[in-house]
Amino acid sequence: VHALVQGVILGILTGGVYALMASGQTLIFGIMKVVNLAQGALVIFAAYLAYALFTSFGVDPLLAIPITTLAMFGLGVLIQVAFLRPLKREDASQLSLLVTFAVALLLEGVMSAVWKTDYRSINTGYANSSWAVLDFQFPIVRVIAFVLSLLALGLLFLLLNRTKFGRAVRATVQNPMSAQLLGVESKRVAALGFGIGAATAAAAGSVYGLLYPFNSGSHYDLISELLSIVVLGGLGSVGGAVIAALIVSTSAAVVATTISPVWSSFTFFVILILVLVIRPQGLFGTVERGAI
Amino acid sequence: MTRFGLARGGMFAVVLVSLPLFGLQHWVLNLLIFTLMYAGLSSAWNLVGGFAGYPSLGHAAFFGFGAYFVALWFQHHQVTSGYEPFLLLPLAGLAAALVGVPFAYVSMRTRADVFAIVTITLLFVAQTLAYNLSSLTGGAQGVALPIAPFALRRYEWPFYYAMLGVLLLSLLITFATIRSKVGLSLDSIAADEDKALGVGVHVQGVKVTTFAVSVGLVAMAGGVWAYYQTFIYPGFAIDPLITIGMVLMTFLGGRATLWGPVLGAFILVPVQQYLAYQLGANQLYLIAYAVVFLLIMLLMPRGILPTIHDRMRRRRQIQQTGTGDPSPDLALAGGPGSQGVPVPKGGDL
Repeated sequence: VHALVQGVILGILTGGVYALMASGQTLIFGIMKVVNLAQGALVIFAAYLAYALFTSFGVDPLLAIPITTLAMFGLGVLIQVAFLRPLKREDASQLSLLVTFAVALLLEGVMSAVWKTDYRSINTGYANSSWAVLDFQFPIVRVIAFVLSLLALGLLFLLLNRTKFGRAVRATVQNPMSAQLLGVESKRVAALGFGIGAATAAAAGSVYGLLYPFNSGSHYDLISELLSIVVLGGLGSVGGAVIAALIVSTSAAVVATTISPVWSSFTFFVILILVLVIRPQGLFGTVERGAI
Repeated sequence: MTRFGLARGGMFAVVLVSLPLFGLQHWVLNLLIFTLMYAGLSSAWNLVGGFAGYPSLGHAAFFGFGAYFVALWFQHHQVTSGYEPFLLLPLAGLAAALVGVPFAYVSMRTRADVFAIVTITLLFVAQTLAYNLSSLTGGAQGVALPIAPFALRRYEWPFYYAMLGVLLLSLLITFATIRSKVGLSLDSIAADEDKALGVGVHVQGVKVTTFAVSVGLVAMAGGVWAYYQTFIYPGFAIDPLITIGMVLMTFLGGRATLWGPVLGAFILVPVQQYLAYQLGANQLYLIAYAVVFLLIMLLMPRGILPTIHDRMRRRRQIQQTGTGDPSPDLALAGGPGSQGVPVPKGGDL
């Protein structure tokens, strides 16, 4: 039982990070109906940025987040304007899927050209210490990561629900055509929305770099996990993504502690298949004609 | 298909069958083998991704399945390395098709984006399985196959003809599909699945069967590939780049056309090999490949053959009526003389 509870604790703490990454991804889908296969690559790229700032300037990866957030936001806007905006045809959603895959490959190529392909990790002084409460271990990094992710998710929530831009985004998610007719500049919303989605990768990247060793190929593992979460939560639902992230990462951690760590990443897929059999639109998704 | 089309298909087969007889260099044959392999893979992918409109990103998992099927059969059964392993290919294809049925049944409940997500997840899961089930697959260490005892001068020939066989089989199946009710059903599914279901198309059966046939063909190509490589490991046999290759070549040549994937493969594989040869180290190669990928998607999203097809149709219209129709969308909707007749989706090309 002790191991099980410990697994649940670790799972929930890690789930916060996944929630942050997945919320960016699902936001991008909500606004533009684009499944961003580059989200994993963006997270790893942000992790490399934090790594570079740490090794060359000694900036703590957590303090680097504001800097990397700005950089990732810029990169996201750039990707949207350069590669996704030109797609105008009716099958743009299928094409955009492939375009974001190409962007992921491009980022992977750039990362392995700059940082090679060996595994890197960010070793801060507090990387391996943990607090003990009632016999259970709370690794400091994961606690900080969890709190940070909640903070970032809170900011995202405020942005979406309390600002004019957020209202424009939500309007676009609900009905792009009407939003456009009522004066929402859909092009700008799309660019900024992709930027924000990419920006969530910045905080996630710093945290990911602290938690796990990574190399340029790590984004493949990450993207398959993120996609399972997003489908489970229901594409386009930010709240759903958060809850799905907690469910999935908790069950993965439980499998890791009770069965074997080797099979924990497998949990994602098993849950995904179960969801598809029982409820294809995901936990909080709406049935959309032609989509699911 | 016209008599001209039939002649074209025959010519294609005859030229490819006789090519090795001209005493080509080993590297040329090697390049041709990979070109034929990707042409076959893309044609097979086209059945699901092009005709049915289900963009599968998981086909590489079945490629790896075929590769491991042949490799592991060698390990566990008495197989003389020689021509005998080629007899395993139909078996590998059948096994992959059988595995594909339940997978398609579940995953094809979703459409377009979500289907792509589910299939790409399958790809990574298959890779994880190949790494983790190390008692079966040898894990990260991989599996070695015996080197085929063919005469050095003609070493590539059997692999060449096996790949050609898979390609011709794919093309024949595609041709038969286009000509039959199945092709029409797939067309209607790609256009509007809910309506297709409404008018009585056996949506589920057609989709699942097409998927199974498609992945069976892919697995056969994977089996030949494994025997040719003589050594496979998870990251090599179940590689996202193989999926991307199939998708990209089909998109370049033209989705839902008979010859599009073949054309795409004959253009892209030499480019790919040239880039790999020139840039060597895989980092720059990956960047160059991604750039080519992006350029194709942005500049020619519909593919070469449909673009040419449209242009020819428009020219013919100008000649017939004397008035040019500048809008491609109107031309697609059917010009004078073809009104009310559904335009077969590039079936002739």
